[in-house]
Amino acid sequence: MAQVAESYYFENPEVNPQLPQRRRRRRKKFRLWRLVVLVVALAYFLAPLYAGVKFALQNDLGKFSFWAFTSLPSEQGFSGAFFLSMRLAFFTAAVELILMVPTAIFVHIRVPKLRPIMDFVTILPIVVPPIVLIVGVLGSAPLWLKSSPYLLSIFYVVLAMPFVYRSLDAGLSAIDLKTLVEASRSLGGSWIRTLWSVIMPNLRAALLSATALTLALVFGEYTMANLDGWTTMPVWIAQFQQSDAHVTLAASMALLIGTWLLLSLIVAADRSQSRRSRRKAGTP
Amino acid sequence: MTDVQASTTAGSGPGASSGGASVRLENLVRTYGKVRALDGLTLSIEPGEFVAFLGPSGCGKTTALRVLAGFEHPDSGRVVVDGKDLSNVNAQKRDMGMVFQSYSLFPNMSVLDNVAFGLRMRHQNGGQRRTKASELLELVGLGDQSTKYPHQLSGGQQQRVALARALAIEPRVLLLDEPLSALDAKVRAELRDQIRSLQQRLAITTVFVTHDQEEALSMADRVCVMSSGHIEQIASPATLYARPTTAFVAQFVGISSRVPVQMDGKEVVIFGQRCPVRTSESGDVSGPIDALLRPEDVAIEVDPQGSGFITHKSFFGATTRLVVQIGEIPVRVDVRSDVGADLALGEHVRPRIIARDVLVAPRGQVEIPSEV
Repeated sequence: MAQVAESYYFENPEVNPQLPQRRRRRRKKFRLWRLVVLVVALAYFLAPLYAGVKFALQNDLGKFSFWAFTSLPSEQGFSGAFFLSMRLAFFTAAVELILMVPTAIFVHIRVPKLRPIMDFVTILPIVVPPIVLIVGVLGSAPLWLKSSPYLLSIFYVVLAMPFVYRSLDAGLSAIDLKTLVEASRSLGGSWIRTLWSVIMPNLRAALLSATALTLALVFGEYTMANLDGWTTMPVWIAQFQQSDAHVTLAASMALLIGTWLLLSLIVAADRSQSRRSRRKAGTP
Repeated sequence: MTDVQASTTAGSGPGASSGGASVRLENLVRTYGKVRALDGLTLSIEPGEFVAFLGPSGCGKTTALRVLAGFEHPDSGRVVVDGKDLSNVNAQKRDMGMVFQSYSLFPNMSVLDNVAFGLRMRHQNGGQRRTKASELLELVGLGDQSTKYPHQLSGGQQQRVALARALAIEPRVLLLDEPLSALDAKVRAELRDQIRSLQQRLAITTVFVTHDQEEALSMADRVCVMSSGHIEQIASPATLYARPTTAFVAQFVGISSRVPVQMDGKEVVIFGQRCPVRTSESGDVSGPIDALLRPEDVAIEVDPQGSGFITHKSFFGATTRLVVQIGEIPVRVDVRSDVGADLALGEHVRPRIIARDVLVAPRGQVEIPSEV
């Protein structure tokens, strides 16, 4: 009883005039702590970027110049590497989604007991070093495949699988998949129509995030492309670094900004579609 | 809630089925591992009839509905609709509209598009689809909500849209899988009336699964009480309540108190009073037996020398339910509320059987009522 009375006194601002002041002080202290964490985190991430951008915006004499950026397209091998990376990125994303979307849906609807096993299996590519994967396959792959850059895509599909599966798994868990599928089927929807008209639109955010992660992974992968002998963007950057550090850094920054823009575009497209839907429904 | 349009007549208007279909479930067996969810279920449903599957969790009622819908395939047995064996026809082609327990509207589509979805799958043109979907939304009282999205509707509104969507395809059979269980009591009662009213107007064969006996008894033409994958009894709500043929039905439907009794020929003696035993399809019972008493089967009189005393009182509006402790046995008794108001807890009473006969069953555990 004494404890209750004590708590009542200390927690009630009407009987304890010191309380609001103490709370304000505590809140202030907490905010300051958060600000410090934010500044340190920002410095950690932004300082290397700042250094990179600064270096890329200097000429050989240390003066400010866009020269490294403007000369990029005409540098030997740049456009080839850029378009190869683009082709591989989009091809990988397409293959990844074609394989993983039906798989994830099948596991969720038909064999939900397999989900823990899938969680384990799809994490394996993170555990196995990329170099082990590519050395093994390069030794046994047929020549026609070894001579194609799309062999890399096969590896990239494996590498991106953990991120894509998790993204899709989270998206599928967020909707009542079984009921939606059964509702569509009972209304006469075929599996394809159900997938296209009911499941995919409700997985939009998960699909976008899976695609974005795949694109980012392919644009940044170096080890496998280098061992397979293909000059993708990261390989070109590593090779050209010996000729001109300003240009390679400009390329790295351009790649970073390009990837960021791409992701922003995807997110913006998603938001604009949601806004359109809301407006159509007559709500703000 | 807007009332259903009175102009809609049976068999015509939006959502009208092409005449209710007859349904026959023949000896259905469905097992999951060692569990026999359906154990030789056999049932016939007349065209336009409203049948409710009622039973406790795990009795197989939802499995039976899912087998009928085509979402589950039986290990053996047949599903026959209008004389046609649908056992090997998949859900997509069965022409059965279904309303689910959880909100099953497609979140990416507006209310109108949801209702028109089944018509789109049937390749009807855009104008026809919109017209019909709008008519159905009017029918369920949601004509002004057609441009909204599911997340902007209440639970009750979502289930009404789901009902309109199921009716849009003019299904041969309407399947309702506990569609009211997620709703609050007031909305549930309103929607219950609306579903029943629509079903009668459209004369559509309907199968309704529920664990709520009040829902089943108030809506259905016949109630099918299930237990352990088989049918305990199928009868009209009134018959089921008044003439249960098994102890399970007597216990599950309505409220029953079990009172140990001795058989004496075709009668039993309860509280010193001789009562005829109700003839039961389950046949004669031997060994120790209990009488199953409904609250309205027993009357009480205040008597300081009486064998029972009142331990609980629950007010239900017109009636008050009492629990009268008679020896070791708690017996539930309904009295008029004005009578109940004068009775005090602990007051001694004398019980008297007023039913013309009583149902008996092999002696089981006497349960202390959780619901009085």
